[in-house]
Amino acid sequence: MKKILIELKDVSFQYEYTQALKNISLRVHEGDFLALMGQNGSGKSTLLKLILGLLKPMSGEIKLFGEQANHFKHREWIGYVSQKSNAFNSGFPATVEEVVKSGLVQKVGLFKRYPKDADILVKGALKDVGMEKYLKRNIGQLSGGQQQRVFIARALVSDPKLLILDEPTVGIDRENVQAFYDMLAHLNKHHNMTMILVTHDVDTVSDRVSHVACLNQSIHFHGYKNDFDTISEEQIASWNGHSVRKIH
Amino acid sequence: MIEAILNYEFLQNAFFSGLIIGVIAPLLGVFIVVRRLSLIADALSHVTLAGIAGSLYLSQSFAGLALLNPIYLGIVASVSGSILIERLRRLYKHYEELAIPIIMSGGIGISAIFISLASGFNTDLMSYLFGSVSAVSRQDLYVVMAIAVVVVLFLVLFFKELFVLSFDEEYAKASGLPAKWIHLLFMVVVALVIAASMRIVGILLVSSLMTLPVAAAMRLARGFKEAIILAIVFGELAVIIGLISAFYLNLAPGGTIVVTSIIILLLVIFIKKIVLKVSIKSKGEEVL
Ligand SMILES: Nc1ncnc2c1ncn2[C@@H]1O[C@H](COP(=O)(O)OP(=O)(O)OP(=O)(O)O)[C@@H](O)[C@H]1O
Ligand SMILES: [Mg+2]
Repeated sequence: MKKILIELKDVSFQYEYTQALKNISLRVHEGDFLALMGQNGSGKSTLLKLILGLLKPMSGEIKLFGEQANHFKHREWIGYVSQKSNAFNSGFPATVEEVVKSGLVQKVGLFKRYPKDADILVKGALKDVGMEKYLKRNIGQLSGGQQQRVFIARALVSDPKLLILDEPTVGIDRENVQAFYDMLAHLNKHHNMTMILVTHDVDTVSDRVSHVACLNQSIHFHGYKNDFDTISEEQIASWNGHSVRKIH
Repeated sequence: MIEAILNYEFLQNAFFSGLIIGVIAPLLGVFIVVRRLSLIADALSHVTLAGIAGSLYLSQSFAGLALLNPIYLGIVASVSGSILIERLRRLYKHYEELAIPIIMSGGIGISAIFISLASGFNTDLMSYLFGSVSAVSRQDLYVVMAIAVVVVLFLVLFFKELFVLSFDEEYAKASGLPAKWIHLLFMVVVALVIAASMRIVGILLVSSLMTLPVAAAMRLARGFKEAIILAIVFGELAVIIGLISAFYLNLAPGGTIVVTSIIILLLVIFIKKIVLKVSIKSKGEEVL
């Protein structure tokens, strides 16, 4: 039996005026590569924020690595690239190196300084995203796609067991999107890194992911990617309330 | 000046306090500026004034308190103000800046009451408003030193967390950092630095020593550590030049330090423009 890394039981969440998620139950096993799909406003980012502990569920239960989410201590096992990660204050005086290194903050722990080999890890993570040449550059002076890659490197640098990515390829050019998904697939296969990926590029990711989940307030489908392929477009449209086109 | 410092204790007090403040105010200032909290420093300094005015009133009215150093009540007011601001900021989540005018007007209002109770301004109060070279006591210097130790300790312990929190608060929370606590501690330390700085630069100008050197540093720095080092260099320059000219010209040091900071800032902006122009020109010629 593979370990269950994430388990949601009957989780609901409501913003002040909007019910965002209703009775979500979901299990993600070690080694899964899950594509989380759904139209704008379907609650994808909200679901990720619940998993990350940025939001607290109104009802239901969340377990991470077998532990109750609010007692879970090993946040460094989870890497995160947020949807609007390049919406930071672009005048911030920080180098690419400093930003990526900050991804180690939880791994290093309170009251301790970054260890000597942190620099090697930072360079390695930047190399993975093809940004090693920009080590000493100011983060605000990079292009949007370059910034996004730096944020991906920040998530990778701590070598997390679980990587959560909220539309990470927004702003990255098409060739590099391919290379990026290849890298994720490599990390997933050879480093056993579990992935949850929110994306609208169904066609690009479809041959790399192992599982698919379709969300629209509640989960309408969650299963193997191969089973997802057998579902008709009409079926998916009925979940979303408008027509969709599936690309194989 | 050096001879004078060796001879006069009051000058030693002022000069050493100045040197320390020249480091810790811009050091914390970098975090304040990048987190867009500059105005909070201003609000806190006005709350500090309430503590100072209250203390001056008390020592005037009660003989037993005549020797009470106003810096202590100033610190109490400033730290309470910082905690209150945090409370308010959380209460008005979407209008965080609302905490600033509330606390600021509260501080000024209470100050006004104490000042009128004490029947008006005296020279003592003036020295708290704009700083003073001659009024810094040995006790003040010791308080400044103690606060400096707290600041350095705090930054050594929490530097990397503060960086993450300043750069990307959501990421910091997702990483499981105790963001709320670190932020509260940070505000308390800011309050302490404001109380420490007011003796030299004065309450009305404290926040400028936390922001002007940082503003200059940010024009030049690519990275965060670089920004911190430059801010300290500029802050230290402003304090030294400002104190010396205040001493010789018999002016309030708050004024001379702030004016020096502004000159440094303008110079940095000007020089950067010229350097940029020259380098663009030379690159243009290469292409041709
Ligand atoms: N901070 C917020 N406050 C109030 N409502 C919110 C907030 N964030 C999201 N919502 C609402 O919750 C619902 C789900 O939003 P969410 O951001 O999770 O969608 P999403 O699936 O990530 O969409 P997208 O594809 O556009 O990123 C939406 O109806 C949205 O309007
Ligand atoms: Mg989203």
